[in-house]
Amino acid sequence: MSASDDKLQEGATDSAINAVSRNHEKNEQADNAGGIVILFFIIGLAASMIVGWIVFPKLLYSQKDQPISFSHAIHNLEVEDGCESCHFFREDGTFSGVPKLEQCIDCHEEVQGESADEAYFVEEYVNKGREVPWLIYSRQPDCVFFSHAAHVKKGEMECNTCHGPIEDSDNLKPYQENRLTGVSRDIWGYNIGGFKKNIWDRMKMDDCAECHKKSLGVKDACFVCHK
Amino acid sequence: MKIDRRSFLALSIGSTAGIHLTPLPWKLMDDMSIWTQNWPWTPVPQDGAASYVNSVCGLCTAGCGIRVRKIENRAVKIEGLPGHPVNDGRICSLGLSGLQLLYGGTRVKTPLKRIGERGAGQWQKISWKQVIDEISKKLSEQRKSGNPQTLGAICNSDRGTTSHLLNRFLTVYGSPNFLRTPSVQSSYEIATTIMNGSSGTVGFDLENSDYILSFGSGLLDGWVSPVRMIRAHSIWKDKKARVVQIEPRLSHTAAKADQWIAIKPGTNAALALGIAHVIIKEKLYDKNFVEKYGFGFEEWKDEKGQTHKGFKQSVLENYTPANVAEITGIDVAAIISVAKDFAKSAKPVALCGSGDGGAPVNLNEMMAVHALNALKGAINNKGGLQIVPNPDYILWPESEMDKTASKGIQTERVDGAGGKKYAQARSLLNRLPEVINASSESPLQTLLVYNANPIYTMADSVAVKEAFSKIPLIVSFSPYMDETASYSDYILPNHTYLERYEDSATPYGSVQQLISLARPVVDPLFNTKQTGDVIISLAKAMGGHIAKAFPWKNYRACLEKTLGDKWKTLAEHGYIVAKKDKAPDTASAKFDFAAQAVNTDSKNDAVAPADFKPADLDGDVTAFPLVLIPYDTMRLASGFVGTPPFVIKTVGDYILKENDSCVDINPQTAAKLGLTEGNKVILTTPKNKASVRVHLSEGILPGLIALPRGLGHSAYDKFLAGKGVNFNALYAPMTDPVSGLDMTWGVRAKISKA
Ligand code: SF4
Repeated sequence: MSASDDKLQEGATDSAINAVSRNHEKNEQADNAGGIVILFFIIGLAASMIVGWIVFPKLLYSQKDQPISFSHAIHNLEVEDGCESCHFFREDGTFSGVPKLEQCIDCHEEVQGESADEAYFVEEYVNKGREVPWLIYSRQPDCVFFSHAAHVKKGEMECNTCHGPIEDSDNLKPYQENRLTGVSRDIWGYNIGGFKKNIWDRMKMDDCAECHKKSLGVKDACFVCHK
Repeated sequence: MKIDRRSFLALSIGSTAGIHLTPLPWKLMDDMSIWTQNWPWTPVPQDGAASYVNSVCGLCTAGCGIRVRKIENRAVKIEGLPGHPVNDGRICSLGLSGLQLLYGGTRVKTPLKRIGERGAGQWQKISWKQVIDEISKKLSEQRKSGNPQTLGAICNSDRGTTSHLLNRFLTVYGSPNFLRTPSVQSSYEIATTIMNGSSGTVGFDLENSDYILSFGSGLLDGWVSPVRMIRAHSIWKDKKARVVQIEPRLSHTAAKADQWIAIKPGTNAALALGIAHVIIKEKLYDKNFVEKYGFGFEEWKDEKGQTHKGFKQSVLENYTPANVAEITGIDVAAIISVAKDFAKSAKPVALCGSGDGGAPVNLNEMMAVHALNALKGAINNKGGLQIVPNPDYILWPESEMDKTASKGIQTERVDGAGGKKYAQARSLLNRLPEVINASSESPLQTLLVYNANPIYTMADSVAVKEAFSKIPLIVSFSPYMDETASYSDYILPNHTYLERYEDSATPYGSVQQLISLARPVVDPLFNTKQTGDVIISLAKAMGGHIAKAFPWKNYRACLEKTLGDKWKTLAEHGYIVAKKDKAPDTASAKFDFAAQAVNTDSKNDAVAPADFKPADLDGDVTAFPLVLIPYDTMRLASGFVGTPPFVIKTVGDYILKENDSCVDINPQTAAKLGLTEGNKVILTTPKNKASVRVHLSEGILPGLIALPRGLGHSAYDKFLAGKGVNFNALYAPMTDPVSGLDMTWGVRAKISKA
């Protein structure tokens, strides 16, 4: 081996040592960086989960109060025919839905009781002959055909199977409206994930199909509801 | 700790993964699909309680009963009224689409006053008060000039209280010029006046006939009472009644008939007389009827003692099957067999008035066909023609007349109807353009137009427009922006027939005496007024004896008072059927084969029913080698109402292709002209030219071309305007020498490649 070779060897050893120490530093750095990447991944994951589960529903729905307060419970005690006293079927089988002033007037031509709300109702709506612009929780979008007669008369279903124990409510909850579609929140349900405990928690297509499957044995074709 | 690009990548991967673990994307996707299926501008049917209002359809003169389904305050469907004597629950496509005329885009929403050139479409809104004020002032001034007869009115009918109010207004103003839109009923009216001495309404008891000999009447193409005819057709099928259709084109009626006889156009009278010849020769006519009621069947003497040939002799001499075959192009054998079938049937009837019956027919043809009915006693008998007494419930006291009015009303009518030349005619609207254009100053200075669209429906649109341009003041009462309304000075929009009260009496063709009441189905949508109310207001604004002639507070009060004890029943049921007189009207039971009423002057012998004169069509045969005939279809309204969009959608592309009308041409004729299906061609008549398309059809005689009526509107909406050609723009009317009515059945034409 010549001197020059030695030099060369020396040099090579030096550089090898250098390389090792650099590698060592690098490994330390990589460990750090991996942590940061994971951290950022988790931050992203968490933030979007918060947005998706908490912020998004708040943004998606606007909230309004009904024009006047109303207690189903009180009314239910007063009437004879239960729900059908006010939400009745017309002679031709169509369903009247939310009552018109005409029905309210039967009892409310004069102010009943002491309540200020009642006085306001009589003054603003009854006396002026103005319909109350009720906000309808269970109104399906226009592309859906639904017949109350088929369900209640033919299928002999109870109102609260789909509408819940509304007859016991003392007041009307705020109405939430989907800003994008204009549809009431009751259709999708209050759980943004679409999970339900009770049948009446949701009124989406799958919920209809689920019940149709159970009671009729088929989920039914599109045209049954989308005419 | 160093944040670098990878950290951001991690953040975004983290959030992407995270967001998919939330409902957000799925929920948004769902909302998106709901959103796109429920655009806010997509019309959604009204929700609410349903109710029905019974009323009367006002879209043609058939007067069908309708039942309108409403959801809350919105009318959503028009159905036929079950049990109604005209249509018993059925309805035609035009009647069914009436809601588009109520809610559609052709409505005039408020009174309008023209501000630009006539017809330029520049209008100014004006209040009802001001418009009544302005028009009544103009009318008062015009009256002061001492020529009250210069006020004229055009109306589709002379029945019902609104028409009577309009006519009464003219009378007390001092004008006899109440002009009615003509139809086949005008011809029937004249023929029955001459031959039966009665001016009742002609009804057809077709449901009870067993042999229907139709001289071109489009029984399934909208003739007289479209819905009733289709129902009658089903009855004929069930009863095995025979329908024979005589016309040069294979119409729907011809296609559904038991026999189609393709005749040379314009020769119906000759065929009717040929059939009469066979019936008389074979002694198959109803001797009892002819002897009991007939006059002039045999030789007869007039008041001066002059002897005339009887109908029998004339027909036997001149209309042998061979002669008739020559004229009409029909086989001798076919003529004889039809004559025998007709004569041997128990309850045959012969009808005329081509297509939908919207146009009158020449008097000779009308009388010849009517004579066939007389030969078989099919007048005022079951299954035949019935002369129904005219309605008589409008009994207002005579109106007081001042000097101007008394003088004005005595002047001769501007159209010559009821005058020396056209004594039998009640109205000759077709003559109006000619009369106006022939004078330097228009004999009508103000024209009121109600339920009519003369600029579209009258022959020779160019001449009509020229005449109208000479009338200084035109007032339209149309609820729609039609051609005439567009060319007027003021539009005083009426409510549509679904927003107003209006009575109508015995529709044409009905064998029952009927009074019907149209009722508002919905509240008026716009600032419009019942024309009856407007006339009453105008009269009151004019004051004096004119105001006195209209003592009613408003139209509704007038209607209630006029209908008297009938009001209640009408308001409940919508119609009343008057009890039939058991004994037939003796005056109308007579039948004058000699038509003396028009034959007293011996020069006039040419109008005897036993005569056929080939019509001299306008134009030179070499320059115009083809003959153009119009045809009607139920899918196009050709009267004063425009076809609504729904109905236009049902028109086949052999009638209207893109924006072109199609003309039916026999393939032989087309081959000679080098034309094939769908070719764009120029159709020229002596009056006008138009661009049309060729439709080859074996169902039309060679040498003829046929054009559908009801297209070529320039007004209404984009669904109707600018589509096809208006037949009325292509010909000049041919005046019948006796009746004075237009007797055009065709026009010479040529076709050249575009
Ligand atoms: S036939 Fe005439 S009156 Fe009867 S529904 Fe049709 S348009 Fe109306």
